[in-house]
Amino acid sequence: MAVLQMRRVSICALKKDRKEILEKLQAMGVMEMSQILEEETDFQKMDTQGARNTFEKKAVLADSALDILQEYVPEKKSLLSSLEGKKLIDKEDYDQIAAQKEELINAASRITGWQKEMAECRANIQKLENQIEALTPWMSLDVPVSFDGTKSVKALIGTISSVMSLEEIYSLLAQYAPEAEEVDVTILSAERDATYVVVLCLREKAELVENALRQGGFAKPSQIVDEIPQAEKENLQNQIKSLEKQIQVCQEHIIEYADKREDLKLISDYFRARAEKYEVLGEIPQSYRTFVISGYIPEKAVNAVKKTMEEAYDLVFDVEEVKEDEDAPVLLSNNAFSESVEGVLGSYGLPKKGEVDPTFIMSFFYVFFFGLMLSDAAYGLVMFLGCFIVLKKFPRMEQGMHKAIKMFMYCGLSTLAWGVLFGGYFGDAIDVVARTFFHVDVPSTGLIKAAWFVPMNDPMRLLMYSMLFGLIHLFMGLGMKGYMLLKDKKYMDFFCDVIIWYVFLIGLILMLLPSTIFASISQIPAGTFPPAVSMIGKVMAIAGVLGLLLMSGRAKKNVALRLALGAYDIYNVTGWLSDVLSYSRLLALGLATGVIASVINQMGSMAGDGIFGAIVFILVFIVGHTLNMAINILGAYVHTNRLQFVEFFGKFYEGGGKPFNPFKLNTKYVDVKEETYL
Amino acid sequence: MSQLGMVYALLGAAIAVILAGMGSAIGVGIAGQAASGVVTEDPSKFAKVLIMQLLPGTQGIYGLLVGFITLSKIGLLGGGLMELTTSQGLLVFCACLPIGVVGLVSAYYQGKTSAAAIGIVAKKPEQFGKAMLFPAMVETYAILALLISILSVTNLSF
Repeated sequence: MAVLQMRRVSICALKKDRKEILEKLQAMGVMEMSQILEEETDFQKMDTQGARNTFEKKAVLADSALDILQEYVPEKKSLLSSLEGKKLIDKEDYDQIAAQKEELINAASRITGWQKEMAECRANIQKLENQIEALTPWMSLDVPVSFDGTKSVKALIGTISSVMSLEEIYSLLAQYAPEAEEVDVTILSAERDATYVVVLCLREKAELVENALRQGGFAKPSQIVDEIPQAEKENLQNQIKSLEKQIQVCQEHIIEYADKREDLKLISDYFRARAEKYEVLGEIPQSYRTFVISGYIPEKAVNAVKKTMEEAYDLVFDVEEVKEDEDAPVLLSNNAFSESVEGVLGSYGLPKKGEVDPTFIMSFFYVFFFGLMLSDAAYGLVMFLGCFIVLKKFPRMEQGMHKAIKMFMYCGLSTLAWGVLFGGYFGDAIDVVARTFFHVDVPSTGLIKAAWFVPMNDPMRLLMYSMLFGLIHLFMGLGMKGYMLLKDKKYMDFFCDVIIWYVFLIGLILMLLPSTIFASISQIPAGTFPPAVSMIGKVMAIAGVLGLLLMSGRAKKNVALRLALGAYDIYNVTGWLSDVLSYSRLLALGLATGVIASVINQMGSMAGDGIFGAIVFILVFIVGHTLNMAINILGAYVHTNRLQFVEFFGKFYEGGGKPFNPFKLNTKYVDVKEETYL
Repeated sequence: MSQLGMVYALLGAAIAVILAGMGSAIGVGIAGQAASGVVTEDPSKFAKVLIMQLLPGTQGIYGLLVGFITLSKIGLLGGGLMELTTSQGLLVFCACLPIGVVGLVSAYYQGKTSAAAIGIVAKKPEQFGKAMLFPAMVETYAILALLISILSVTNLSF
């Protein structure tokens, strides 16, 4: 339960060692870079933008080669492969493959080159197909479209821009070129808005005939081909075939590289890491012979880093406390159970400077409330087993994911426990099955008795408990605030903002206990509590009110203003009331799971007894309970988060710390095995 | 005796399911439009925006829940239909009102809030935890209404 202490570390070393030192730091991955030395005449930053771009480009090249490989030689991936995490490889293997980097990058560029060639071929095929398309209407022509005629006969080949029958064309000719008699018209084909014709006439009358045809919208074809259409088509088809063959060849080439996939992944990571190294290199100030790196290292790793560095190189290794005004990055360290909710905390905000890490306390309440909201033993078991199997099967899962799944595993356990307490096993599935299929006389309490009580039969009781749990949660939050104030030695604040509130609230609760309202809700007779309880309650509440009235506005000198602020602070008691009432969602969501589960069971059993009934029941059961589980896990997750974020954190926690982001091998595909220090 | 009591009671169950269900349909619809927009730009955010879209869907479930316990209360499920007087029927009807009305309104506004929260996820996916809180705030009131409806229906003594 802690925020790890950070130290500011500065390393001053010789320039000749700079790349090696950076590589070592990157491999260790425990230092967040944060340079303090300003640029000046003696210390200047190096421009590494160019080198970085080159490396990034190479990493991208390897990535796109991998994408292409994935397209043609798909790597078998299961649905859960995203959980597998990165492959771990040895440092030696990494170095060995990194040594072939040029070769691999060439391979990558060849792969992308073939891909480009294939794309070009495909574009060409498309073009050729369009040409074939354009030829189709001319197909019955046994001379080239460009055919002009013989010595004395002129051939006019072209299109008329409307559908015309043979008679219409002849009448057109008769109208506009009556003197041309020896004319032969053949219609090759007709489309929606064009007629393809061949008109033969005597050469000397050609102009006349053509003019006449123009009146009907005659035009020579735009594309003149010196081949007979049939032959041209075959020619084009052959070209397409050869292009297809070319594509085939390219594909085969690409497929040959399938076994380079792992190496390409590694080389992509290698260049990515180098680009990152150069980014840091560009930030560190360097003099003629030396350079200075500065950054944050978690305290417990400092000595190990120092030892490694000082043994290998000539350098000055300087360790300092983080200064007051510095905003050091935050790294959490918790036990194996509590660390599972770190992701939830992270999504709200890491502790800012001076705040304690609430993960430890939060983890217990989180799991407790989650289980109470879902509260079905069978759902809990399914959740637990599912998460457990995933965790065992994919040990190298990405860390954040690993923690989240571990959290759901614990929540599953808690759900199981609450389910047993409330007697929910897929709702009332056992009773329904026994009644419908085995005709057992189910007693009204059910076949499996709830270990504690059934919320549906006694919702008021669970409501009381929900609010009690809420009150404990909220008091814990106030206690955390007190702890933080004590840690900062703000004793006055601790007394006024925490102790007085405790006195006031406990007083109010004690006053409430013997009242008739409480008696009617809790079904505890009003006389159970001795009158002294009420008396003590009154005294405490009055003391609390006075304390708040006088002390809350203590920062102000003006008496009237101080009292006004105090009165305003007392008004915050309504906030406490609404916070406590907010925990009634524990009851509502718990009931929702159980009731919907029994709706599903009831629907399933409607088809009655027998084989058909059993099949219907099983189908409805599987679909219905899967849905119910999904929606209720979502609900429990959202509302448990809310209870932590709004009600609990509202009492003491702000967040806003910067997460620790060390300079490391930021890989995408593989993890390189390296001695770690964290 | 007239059957009017049963009519009112059933009307109550219907109101709970209809209004809350309508609200959720509207809310999920609004959020879904925003979610689709995000997924066209960045399909990798699908899971996150889907969760956001589902948030206004719970009111419909709460309505169903109250409807169901009302039906089992008046004995419509599993036989043994109760004889209800008109005033008893109206009592059941009133008990169903909170989740119906609050469910409708809260789901509508939760849908709008979800749509806005989806905007947060689109621009800053790492703020998912915070974004999820805003719609969850609206839902609180549906839960309070649900609570009163459940308590009323189960504690009506007949």
